[in-house]
Amino acid sequence: MRVPLSWLRQFTPLDVPVEEVVATLDDLGLAVESVTRVGDGLEGVVVARVLEISAIAGADRIQAVRVDAGAGQSVPVVCGAWNFAVGDLVPLATVGTVLPGGMEIAARRMRGVPSEGMLCAPDELGLPGGHDGILVLDDLEEGEGSAPGTPLADALGLAPDTVLELEVNANRPDAMSVAGVARDLAARLGLGFSLPEPEVGGRQEPRRVEPVSVRVDDPERCGRFVAQVVAGITVGPSPAWIARRLERAGMRAINNVVDASNYVMLELGQPTHPYDLARLPGRGLGVRRARTGESLVTLDGITRTLSVDDLLICDGEDQPVGIAGVMGGASSEIDSATTEVVLEAAWFEPLSVSRTSRRLKLRSEASARFEKGCDWTGIDRAVARFCELLAPAGAVLAGSPVDVVGRLPDRPPVVLRVARVEELLGTSLGPDEITRLLDPIGFTTTPAGDGCLEVVLPPWRLDSTAEIDVVEEIARLHGYRRIPPTVPRSPLAGGLSPYQRDRRQLRQLLAGAGADEAWTTTFLSPSDLARCRLDAGDAVAVTNPLVAEESRLRTSLLPGLVGAVAYNARHRQTGVSLFEVGHTFRRRAASCDQQLPEEVEAIAYAGAGRDATEAVTVWHLVADGLVLDDWRLEAVTAPGLHATRTARLWCGDVDVGLVGEIDPDVLAAHDITERVAWLELDVARVLATPHGGGSYRPVSRFPSSDVDLAFEVDEATPAAEVEATLRGSGSPLLVGLRLFDVYRGDRVAPGRRGLAWTARFQAPDRTLTDEDVAEARRRLVAAVEQRHPATLRGSRPGVERIEASAGTAGNAAQGGAASSGERSEPGVHRPTGGSS
Amino acid sequence: MSERDDHEVIVVEALARVAAVTTTEELRELGTELLGRRSPLARAKAGLSSLEAGDRRAAGMALNAARQRIEQALDARSQELVAAERASRIAAERLDLSEVVPNRRRGHLHLVTQARDRLEDTFVAMGYTVAEGPEAESDWYNFEALNFPAGHPAREMYDTFYLEWGSPESTLLRTHTSPVQIRVMERSEPPIYSVMPGRCYRLDTPDASHLPVFHQIEGLVVDRGITFGSLAGTLDAFTEAYFGPGFRSRLRPSYFPFTEPSAEFDITCVFCKGEGCRTCGRTGWLELGGCGMVHPNVFAAVGYDPEVWSGFAFGFGIDRLVMMRHGIDDIRELITNDVRFLEQF
Repeated sequence: MRVPLSWLRQFTPLDVPVEEVVATLDDLGLAVESVTRVGDGLEGVVVARVLEISAIAGADRIQAVRVDAGAGQSVPVVCGAWNFAVGDLVPLATVGTVLPGGMEIAARRMRGVPSEGMLCAPDELGLPGGHDGILVLDDLEEGEGSAPGTPLADALGLAPDTVLELEVNANRPDAMSVAGVARDLAARLGLGFSLPEPEVGGRQEPRRVEPVSVRVDDPERCGRFVAQVVAGITVGPSPAWIARRLERAGMRAINNVVDASNYVMLELGQPTHPYDLARLPGRGLGVRRARTGESLVTLDGITRTLSVDDLLICDGEDQPVGIAGVMGGASSEIDSATTEVVLEAAWFEPLSVSRTSRRLKLRSEASARFEKGCDWTGIDRAVARFCELLAPAGAVLAGSPVDVVGRLPDRPPVVLRVARVEELLGTSLGPDEITRLLDPIGFTTTPAGDGCLEVVLPPWRLDSTAEIDVVEEIARLHGYRRIPPTVPRSPLAGGLSPYQRDRRQLRQLLAGAGADEAWTTTFLSPSDLARCRLDAGDAVAVTNPLVAEESRLRTSLLPGLVGAVAYNARHRQTGVSLFEVGHTFRRRAASCDQQLPEEVEAIAYAGAGRDATEAVTVWHLVADGLVLDDWRLEAVTAPGLHATRTARLWCGDVDVGLVGEIDPDVLAAHDITERVAWLELDVARVLATPHGGGSYRPVSRFPSSDVDLAFEVDEATPAAEVEATLRGSGSPLLVGLRLFDVYRGDRVAPGRRGLAWTARFQAPDRTLTDEDVAEARRRLVAAVEQRHPATLRGSRPGVERIEASAGTAGNAAQGGAASSGERSEPGVHRPTGGSS
Repeated sequence: MSERDDHEVIVVEALARVAAVTTTEELRELGTELLGRRSPLARAKAGLSSLEAGDRRAAGMALNAARQRIEQALDARSQELVAAERASRIAAERLDLSEVVPNRRRGHLHLVTQARDRLEDTFVAMGYTVAEGPEAESDWYNFEALNFPAGHPAREMYDTFYLEWGSPESTLLRTHTSPVQIRVMERSEPPIYSVMPGRCYRLDTPDASHLPVFHQIEGLVVDRGITFGSLAGTLDAFTEAYFGPGFRSRLRPSYFPFTEPSAEFDITCVFCKGEGCRTCGRTGWLELGGCGMVHPNVFAAVGYDPEVWSGFAFGFGIDRLVMMRHGIDDIRELITNDVRFLEQF
């Protein structure tokens, strides 16, 4: 809503500086988005007539112009615009002028051609109309006071002014008018306020003017419909002052009839619609619901297909001429031949206007007001004001208005408890103070006993219906900032939930593993899912996606993170490690009768330039960081992941996620040339499994013994299974186990590989004897050889190393140095599940 | 030649050899040679028994004196050599630590996560809990229970993504974190002091200041005697705790269906500290979020008695806060996931 200050002054004697007006409006909840000075800097700009236009040799972007600047003075100007012709009137900024934008006009020569001034585009003058060409003053052509040499400000009625652009909230229908804004300002500043009382000449007797008929079929939605015939009009341009005001308020001047209607709407907030009576079949207007399949060409030239929920304005022959409260039709538009109009001024039910406007995606100045709720008691004033504005063009009221009243809002007075005001605001305001605040904005109060006031709600504030609404008005007019702040003490301990704390730790663990946290979008296209080999059928669809293709919610963090890896690779950032914590969405397997889609908080890691072993290492870091003991890997295949390098992670019997590597085809589809390690976890499931360490286990202070055991094992047997057997072999002395070597080569049988562990034995209460260690070792070997296609390598037993270190089994097993003389084969070191 | 002279010869020779030794290892061997069982001094000591008692005593003393001199020389030399060996080892082990290229790196938390954690911590320190809810929401939680009846024009303040789920427009991506207010009130009794961070969605075409996916944090307090003054005071206390001393907040009337009175809240401009600059339009204030007293209709939706309980709610964008704090002028930077961006923070 754009409000010129001069217009506000018509309703209230606003005498404070602009800064204070702006601050006051902000404080009243009418946020000022911009302040524009208009009309300044035009002192040296005059109306000039183009006498001659000629080319400049060697220049194709500028031309030489000679203009008549009044008093027989002919001025040469070089100009870069081409949108005018000899004989046009144009604005000339004379030498010495400082334009609104700060540009100073000086005499100069361009290409040897003298230029003693500048022809101006609208924006250079601070006027609407842009910078596409010179402002051609064609509507001044035959007018008075437009002779060359006339100051432009006089010719255009451009007194300097300030235009405030306001952001009006949905609960302020009153502030959709200049008068409403003035009412609020006057109330806060303690100034007088009055609405205009239009002076309308005597009604013309309906000699040849037959009355119009009005039929309202839907009184529920059309609460009041007034039709007034206005006759004797000569359609033409509006007076300059009206045109300028409209422009400054952001509307284009069209002709005096349309302009008067718009002016009244801006000033009083009541939209009206003038119909050319001569082109209105049946000399009547009707209000009814649209019929199925009915359509209408609106003023903007677009054919609108209507629904039975839309309210129409029809002519006397029941043909639609407009969409009620939204936009008129093209057929009865005012044109230069119009002499009699019938003016429609009505009140439509706000929600129905809102629905229609939303469904048709058709917003207009009228619908913006009707859907917030207009003041049905202001209709008569609006009609009179329309006629008053058109009086200079010959307009007279022809006969009485037809006034059909339907259902109007019931506005029972509100009982306001004075004590409640303090309870809610935290500041004490007495009944007198409340009355002083409310009365000027039309909330009239009368004492109702028992510490209560009865408040009559004004019809221009349809948003207000209850006590709480009145309390808000009191707070607003009193000033939010005058309410003393207090800080309530929370009686709760507060804090993060264990889940929230552990989720923070998960993030820190992944960051500690070297990954940067990414944020990828929730929306994916079916082709994104297909490229990642994920099933689009699982995905929840978006009804109205922003981009047509991005119509699915992610079912996995995989497409986003792989996309981010690809983005980085394209920018020469290879080897990036990323992770993300985010929600994923799925259709529920069972049925759709669940209220909401399945939503899972997932955490995923993608390590470019790394293979599945890195993903497993990262998982170990996570499991170790969370102190998650009971977990295992199970080789599986999963969509989007490498078929022979993927494992499911189980915590007890709960499937918590997947670890492995991205499918090479998925990588190729993203032009990623590196391997990408992958880990994904269901955060809630991981954190629901027991973790964080249990009861204390005493650390033995007695010496431990390390034994290396090298087995030759079938490739088909996972190392994890052998390791599980070692752990479960029943030796109570086994305190640490670490896979330190994997050997593949010709020193083992085909289809087998060498796996070598260091086992650490220790007793809690004594130093082990050689016999203890030998027995423990025998058990381990026997268990493995019995349960797996595995044999101890070579005939020699594993070399025993007895260390005299006291009681650091766990640490030593983690960091055990690869120093045994037995480790001569080339091998890959892989971490294991840590100490038992 | 007297025995004493013999001793002198042995000592002089020994001292010369001690001085000539260059390693602690050699010195240890030399010590054995000079003072051990087969050393000349040991042999001389063994010869004492053949002397007369009087001579024996004098000769013994002389022998001990000679032995002491050699021992002292060995000790002194040993100290010199230990020091020299240590010095040369240290010199040999010199590292230019500025040559180190790290072979491990730590990753970085996303700026939005960092901000969210800080915000949570600020409120946790004020006695708040942290609550969360689903991003795919029902119309009831996102709108209806928050006093946006169907067809309410205020719904247009929120351009909503709807999901193909249930009846048309019954399921959506939450447009704000406010539905979590309803969920919290439904599952617990007052008093409530809670913040609710999370991801939200609006049908906004991406530009420098909008993304269809963004993050908000919501606050809800419900207790006896909560007033609009409590809201103002809480936001002020938060502003100072989060942004630092000298940062204030102020309230301006606004409109949200689920609060009344409603307000926008501004904070002291983080760029000019309130002096007035281009970013804040020379006002000294930056708009941060919306807030207000919980609307009685919202209490009615969750079955709280508005005559007993009162409360306030507030919410603001985390992304915007991050942008302000780090001078990021295009919100789209936050989702490029370019490591050159991520690793800066």
